[in-house]
Amino acid sequence: MKFDDWLPLLILFTSLLPGIVIFLLPEERTRWRTALNLGGAGLKLVLTGIMIWGVRHAHVYETRLPMLPEIELVLNADAMSMMMTALSGVLWFVTTLYAIAYLETSSQSRSRFFGFFSLCVSSTIGIALAGNLITFLMFYEMLTLTTYPLVVHRGTPESLHAGRTYIAYTIAGGAAFLIGVAWLKALVGSVAFTEGGMLAPYVDLFPSQLRLIFLLMICGLGVKAALVPLHGWLPQAMVAPAPVSALLHAVAVVKAGAFGIVRVVYDVYGIEFSAELGLLQPLAAAAAFTIVYGSVRALFQDELKKRLAFSTVSQVSYIALGAAILGPIATIGGIVHLVHQGLMKITLFFCAGNFAETLGVHHVSRMHGIGRRMPWTMAAFTVGALGMIGVPPLAGFVSKWYLGAGAMAAGKPWVIAVLIASSLLNAAYFLPILYRGWFQEPAEPGFGQPPAGKLETHWMLLGPPLLTALLALLAGLLANAPFSPLEWARLITAREYHP
Amino acid sequence: MSLNEILNPVTLPAWIVSVPLAAAVLAVVLPKTGGWAGIFTAILTAAMVAALGHEILVHGPVQMVIGGWLPPLGIALYADGLSAAMLGITALVSGCITLYARGYFSGSAASRRFWPLWMFLWAALNALFLSADIFNLYVTLELLGLSAVALVALSGTADAFRAAVRYLLVGLTGSLIYLTGVAFFYAVTGTLGLNIKVAVGSAPASMTVPFALMAAGLILKSALFPMHFWLPPAHANAPAPVSAALSALVVKGSFYILLRLWFTVFMPFINPFSAQLVGMLAAAAIIWGSLQALLAERLKLLVAYSTVAQIGYLFLIFPLSSIAQGGPNAWFGGLYFVLSHACAKAAVFLSAGAVMHCCGHDRIRDLHGIVARLPVSVFAFALAGVSLIGLPPSGGFIAKWLYLNKALVAGQWWWGVVMIIGGLLATAYIFRFFARAFINTPEVAAGRPVPWIMEWTALGLAFCAIILGLAAPAVTRLLDVGNPFQ
Repeated sequence: MKFDDWLPLLILFTSLLPGIVIFLLPEERTRWRTALNLGGAGLKLVLTGIMIWGVRHAHVYETRLPMLPEIELVLNADAMSMMMTALSGVLWFVTTLYAIAYLETSSQSRSRFFGFFSLCVSSTIGIALAGNLITFLMFYEMLTLTTYPLVVHRGTPESLHAGRTYIAYTIAGGAAFLIGVAWLKALVGSVAFTEGGMLAPYVDLFPSQLRLIFLLMICGLGVKAALVPLHGWLPQAMVAPAPVSALLHAVAVVKAGAFGIVRVVYDVYGIEFSAELGLLQPLAAAAAFTIVYGSVRALFQDELKKRLAFSTVSQVSYIALGAAILGPIATIGGIVHLVHQGLMKITLFFCAGNFAETLGVHHVSRMHGIGRRMPWTMAAFTVGALGMIGVPPLAGFVSKWYLGAGAMAAGKPWVIAVLIASSLLNAAYFLPILYRGWFQEPAEPGFGQPPAGKLETHWMLLGPPLLTALLALLAGLLANAPFSPLEWARLITAREYHP
Repeated sequence: MSLNEILNPVTLPAWIVSVPLAAAVLAVVLPKTGGWAGIFTAILTAAMVAALGHEILVHGPVQMVIGGWLPPLGIALYADGLSAAMLGITALVSGCITLYARGYFSGSAASRRFWPLWMFLWAALNALFLSADIFNLYVTLELLGLSAVALVALSGTADAFRAAVRYLLVGLTGSLIYLTGVAFFYAVTGTLGLNIKVAVGSAPASMTVPFALMAAGLILKSALFPMHFWLPPAHANAPAPVSAALSALVVKGSFYILLRLWFTVFMPFINPFSAQLVGMLAAAAIIWGSLQALLAERLKLLVAYSTVAQIGYLFLIFPLSSIAQGGPNAWFGGLYFVLSHACAKAAVFLSAGAVMHCCGHDRIRDLHGIVARLPVSVFAFALAGVSLIGLPPSGGFIAKWLYLNKALVAGQWWWGVVMIIGGLLATAYIFRFFARAFINTPEVAAGRPVPWIMEWTALGLAFCAIILGLAAPAVTRLLDVGNPFQ
């Protein structure tokens, strides 16, 4: 076997092995833990870079390991998986920096935390690189389990309750997904991801069974993607420490569900075949409903992290919406939002964590004048929030533009109405925060100005949101540059429609 | 005998039985050496089983006749892929239990009685998996049952004693029913060999009585619902290493015999109805055992009821294999359940034992914050739980996947529904423990220190349950040697 055949496995091990070693480290070995975390994250970035370059130039990176007589564990780098891999690689790096500053000084059980954190990222990478449904399922369940200790990390009654809700939802969803996969395997014998889909030959044989399988799989994935009414666990899970919420909402759990939906629609059923079976209309309706519902609920949350959580419910469904509209333009919009939403939402959660950690502010109603005390954090928050609303030239605008244009091209003008309604609602729950933070008089002593002569908070807490905010800005501003998320989404779309 | 003859792979089965037997005798004669005899047995047996497995993979099933006498006078031993896999899992689990027991019993008076009985039980298990005829299977089953009863009584408490007596009565009743069946079988066929296709000519009706009796006896001994009543008290009240051995290995002994009988001699006579009937009991076991585990207030009782549920999965092999479509997937799936459950359940019982060793009790309600005290044990419990629930990547998942595939291909989807419900219930009862264990409390009660070997052997076994999920191609290749569906 060549090096290329092992690269996908290697990239998985850059977080898996540090995770396992970290478990064995005693609590006080902070420096070792940091070195392992950052070393693994850095190596992953380098390997991801190599693979992106290779995939662009039609290299094939594929690890195949036999799992059962007729089933293989396949890790495969296609255009779509590289997008997810790159997103999780970059965001893991910044989140690790953030988590070190956030937890290493105060919290207990840090080896456990960082061990599971690395395993959680490994699962995400596995999901990104999975080359068939069984491999996907394997890492999808692994993600469920490795996230549980992170959600309950604080060990408070509240977090344990959130953990229980999380497990109940995700295990049930996993079971639905397992039935779907097993049924599909029994029916057609193959479960490999294929650009352009692989079920077209079976169109006349068993359409109703294929519809039911689709329903099962989307329900299973919809739990993690927080499609209403399967979203109940997400707002509760925000009791987790800030870095966990950031990772959960931007790239790990929620994104795994959305990515799975994209995979099932494009690479299992095929977008044209999905349309033929009449599967896209209900999916689009569910996504549209979720978009509006999440935004409406977000309006009424005073707790900042909870407002962000409901905003995630809404925003992640843009991806499902893009997948549910037939036509390349909408596809580009949905796929690029995988990255854009990740960059913007992780920024917002980092900022929320900074407010909480530095000033103890958890609620929107206490954010008067907070921009004077923490201008840089508030600036990053502003970029994230405006991006979510869809203000040009930020990343969120690009997604919404393509989704809207794609909907028009597909003859679905009602989608435009949903997009407008959602943007107005986004504005309604984000702009008051910005107004309050920047323009209102500080209500609490000490919020007046930044501390003289030093940073507003620890540099490792401040750097990550600034970096991700910058990336969200650049993703919109330089959308046409080579290797930008948009350009990569175009590449994926071209391969999906003309395999 | 020349050295060459002694080291001939064909004689390996005899050595695999004799070594633990010799260790048992040594432990009786020189009680202080018991622990070391155990370690020595573990290493030697593992090496011999590995050699036997290699021999079977390369040259096919191994047969030998002890002392040169042919049956029925002599004792015939036979080993195919299934026997090798059972011997292998026994060597692995027993090896870990042996190491664990050295920590568990160190400085305890029970140690003297434990080692001879434990080595004897191991010898009986090995002999059972190597027996080539129905009568010898009976003898080994009886030896296994008696040593198990003595081990249950080891802790000396009144509860343990009551459980042991009940266990003894059930075991004897089961054996007696089985033995009656054997007698009928001999009367009809005139032989007791396992690989007899010669008897097929006789009328099917005459096979009904022996089959029903033998199956009933074995089902009672394997604790299939509703014959499971004796299992939870016996498994929950024994000392931790014994609980692990009982749940992981001993119940598999009688199940193994039923498996052999069902798929060799009785295969042509079994009608689909009896297979579906067994399936219904299995489904009831899965649901009932899981529900009881959800209600149990003690950790070891929870684990014991989980065994009742998992035995249900084993018995689903019979209805699922009764249909030709989908090939031998159910056969492999059932055996995979046997192997992965052995690792996972032993790991869970051993870590529950560590918890009990530390806290002095195993009331789930009062185990809050235990993760801070015993992180390795809790992690072992979690990893093994992954396999018990049937989540990937674990042996339990492979087993469940194979079953599910067969159920869907063969059009018996209802067994799939039962398995999915069983998985959800298993999640619920496993996470009951974590919901207490992860509570962050300043007052983690003081407790005894736990020897590291007790925590790490449990973790090792839990890892094996996971690794089984990644080693399926190799394991199924071994199980394929002598598979009755060829």
